Amino acid sequence: MDFSSINPILLLASLMVAATPIILAAAGELVVERAGVLNLGVEGMMITGAITGFIATVTTGSPWIGFVAAAAGGAGLSLLFAFLTQILLSNQVATGLALTLFGLGLSALLGQGYNGIKAPEFPRIDIPVISEIPVLGPILFSHDPMVYVGIGIVAGIWYFLRYSRAGLVLRAVGENHEAAHALGYHVIRIRVLAIMFGGACAGLGGAYISLVRVPQWTDGMTAGAGWIALAIVVFASWRPWRLLIGAYLFGGVTVLQLNFQAAGIAIPVEYLAMSPYIATILVLVLMSAGRAPGSLGKIFHASR
Amino acid sequence: MLTLEKRAQPSKAWVYVAPILAVIITMIVGGVVFAMLGKPPLEAIRTIFYDPLFGDFASYSRPQLLIKAGPLILIAIGLSFGFRAGIWNIGAEGQYIMGALAAAATGLAFYPMEARWLIFPLMVLAGLAGGMVWAAIPAFLRIRFKTNEILVSLMLVYVAEAIQASMALNLLRNPDGHGFPGSRNLSQYPSSANLELIANSGVHWGVMAALTAVIFAYFILARHRFGFDVRLAGQSPRAAGFAGVDAGRLVFICMLISGALAGAAGMFEVSGPAGRVSIDFNVGYGFTAIIVAFLGRLHPVGILIAGLLMALTYIGGELAQLSLGLPGAAIQLFQGMLLFFLLAVDVMTSYRIRFGKTE
Amino acid sequence: MMGLPARAQDKTKVGFVFVGPIGDGGWTFEHNNGRLAVEAAFGDAVETVYAENVPEGPDAERVLTQMVLGGADLIFTTSFGYMESTMNVAAKFPDVKFEHATGYLRADNVSTYSARFYEGRAVQGHIAGNLTKSNKVGYIGSFPIPEVIRGINSAFIHARKVNPDVEFKIVWAFTWFDPAKEADAAKVLIEQGCDVILQHTDSTAPQAAAQAAGNVYTFGQASDMGEYAPMPRVSSIIDNWAPYYVERTQAVIDGTWTSVDTWDGIGRGMVGIGEISDAVPADVKASAEALRDSIASGAYHPFTGPLNKQDGSAWLADGETADDGTLAGLNFFVEGIDGDIPS
Repeated sequence: MDFSSINPILLLASLMVAATPIILAAAGELVVERAGVLNLGVEGMMITGAITGFIATVTTGSPWIGFVAAAAGGAGLSLLFAFLTQILLSNQVATGLALTLFGLGLSALLGQGYNGIKAPEFPRIDIPVISEIPVLGPILFSHDPMVYVGIGIVAGIWYFLRYSRAGLVLRAVGENHEAAHALGYHVIRIRVLAIMFGGACAGLGGAYISLVRVPQWTDGMTAGAGWIALAIVVFASWRPWRLLIGAYLFGGVTVLQLNFQAAGIAIPVEYLAMSPYIATILVLVLMSAGRAPGSLGKIFHASR
Repeated sequence: MLTLEKRAQPSKAWVYVAPILAVIITMIVGGVVFAMLGKPPLEAIRTIFYDPLFGDFASYSRPQLLIKAGPLILIAIGLSFGFRAGIWNIGAEGQYIMGALAAAATGLAFYPMEARWLIFPLMVLAGLAGGMVWAAIPAFLRIRFKTNEILVSLMLVYVAEAIQASMALNLLRNPDGHGFPGSRNLSQYPSSANLELIANSGVHWGVMAALTAVIFAYFILARHRFGFDVRLAGQSPRAAGFAGVDAGRLVFICMLISGALAGAAGMFEVSGPAGRVSIDFNVGYGFTAIIVAFLGRLHPVGILIAGLLMALTYIGGELAQLSLGLPGAAIQLFQGMLLFFLLAVDVMTSYRIRFGKTE
Repeated sequence: MMGLPARAQDKTKVGFVFVGPIGDGGWTFEHNNGRLAVEAAFGDAVETVYAENVPEGPDAERVLTQMVLGGADLIFTTSFGYMESTMNVAAKFPDVKFEHATGYLRADNVSTYSARFYEGRAVQGHIAGNLTKSNKVGYIGSFPIPEVIRGINSAFIHARKVNPDVEFKIVWAFTWFDPAKEADAAKVLIEQGCDVILQHTDSTAPQAAAQAAGNVYTFGQASDMGEYAPMPRVSSIIDNWAPYYVERTQAVIDGTWTSVDTWDGIGRGMVGIGEISDAVPADVKASAEALRDSIASGAYHPFTGPLNKQDGSAWLADGETADDGTLAGLNFFVEGIDGDIPS
């Protein structure tokens, strides 16, 4: 039993990395849900992004191009969902699940032949000045760029929803789509754009796993990260900054339990393995006070 | 300009035509995908859909269809009640695992006593109870704290998997197993074995349970007050409230039904086809059953047919892997497409296409 | 037994059931290499067929049956979890031969085979003990089964022999192959001060994590993982199934096949030690190779006393070696290893 071998600053650094894919995917889904659409297909979009990004990186040698391709792949897949739910008015829960299944199969097919291949490295950057702070600096401020992009996207979404006119319109659509329609807002167009944004973010999250976190391609490698992202959105009460806390909490528990194991702390491994999920449930219960957007999950059909 | 106009009543014709059309479209698009993978499309479709039923060794694969479809149908029937009422139990996989563990523990507690008349029914009850308890958690949290049951039931799947691994390694580990993980083989222990009722027919108790569930569900939904409540709650929660339907009670009962049936499916699998509790004996039936429920349009008879169809794609898919080298991932893609096309074609049931300008 | 149309064939058909994808770069990848070796060795006289990602349980049984119905004469089932399925199908088709990897049940038409991976672990432990500067060696365990426990014990014994201060930190991943989990486990071990990582899981993720960290040594698992040489991968254990697979196929062709239990190690070529890279000092490399050779020739057994169990009680007396039976069911750590086996 050796608590001293767990370094809290290293722990913090590694949980930032562990949380990044969830932050990216959850941020996108938060926008989608604020617009009133429940897209359960996050897992499918994430893994599509993971393979698209991986293939693009291996082919071109540039991880940046890989991330762009991943965003495109996730957005492309989300279009299927958008078409089915917004134009053909299908049930959102079923369509989201179908998207996940389809995405898992598609990515496995595309990924044939890419198993076990090493991708070009995604270099870390050192933020000038603050990464020079002794002890804290090199550990907290020398991550790869996507960690900062993730935090940046959350900040951007917060600003967009709170202060921009477009964000206000999006929120209106999410709260009451009938009223928004009556006011002349193009509900379907706004929702489709939101869905595509969600798909792009999920794709980025998936590519982070295959290009930075692991980094290689394997079938089904997202291993439920998409579902965790959905839970984090609820945890965050659909507010962007809370999303960061939720993702760090989840990432933190996951990383902590491995640390406990390695330090020889005598809690049985099975309980440690369960802990992130139980923690999420507890938090969901406590956070149920938050209000969901009024039109979440309801089908919108402009009746004229 | 095409617009969709809501029909006054869902079109009866389209209710039947839509699934058939969806299957045909999927076969065509699927064939195109197979061709792109370099596999002969017609032969692939034939191997997947025709060979398991009528091919060379169909006498072996037909019973396998029942074995594969049994748990899917049983779980999907349970899910259909909740789904109709807008109660989304996505964690059937976890309830399946807990039911299986409870049943296995019960059976092994009696080992090596031989008393099938006592042990087997107790195991069935344990399976039902295990699944019910696991489903009661999201149900309770939703009623009491308004927590989203989709996410809670899903998180509990991961928890159940951890418990399963722990059981296979410790409490339920076979003492005669040379230190390897996994329980005793329940299908070889006569008091607990879930045997075929007719040799080589594939019809084991789980399949019987599935068929019974289909019949019961049909009558409940069509004739019983509860079925009426479920259907009403799904279509109009406010009307249901006025009609005196207690929303909380409905959530609870629907979740418990789906949990119980999923747990029973787990019990039948672990004492029959799977045979023992291992670290990962669950193969995703809880999730596939969700697809089956939707494919069957939440109707008992539809679910029966959809379950058999899904089983066909699994078994035919395996045959295609072996004989054509078709990648397993292509089958997953195929199943996803099937659901997509069904959802897409389904729009015709509730909406009519109008040609012409809108404004 | 079902009545089947007889299939006339002049080719011998050999089937392979894989638990993972052939592209995993580890366990299944090497079994598939064995299959390719069979194809290369016999040319037109043999046809191979395989199914990958087959889950253990009824699906495996169905795949096996379908392979038999498709005319297979010999089938290799490459995972412990296929044990019951193999036995069930073998009982129904007594004319077909089955080879089950890492299992313990046999029949007239079912053989078992496994490799003495612990011999390779001895060499790894020896190198690890010499290379570590922090005296902390990390071990990513998969499942607490005898095979994995043997490996940990063997590595530890030989690390301690050259370095009495060395300490092992063990993390249980509860998976054979999950790159994300393995990467996390490796990072945590590195963060806690380990500068050598041993793994009983199959992906290259720990190598990548070690490379990112710099100054951490790793060993390839199941296959050479040479793309990470000379650092961080300094050596590896290579599963080499080809000679065994070719030998058994030949036996089926000749009609001399009988049910056996094979447990081969470095000597018979089933366990290969990957090229020790230049990151290892020349004297360590030489002593490691000498150790390897002495195990291969049978002169030295990795489990030779005096050895005590973790609780201090005596296990092997001076000069006594552990017998195969004890090793096959090994469920305790040796003295000096901290931490419990999950139970």
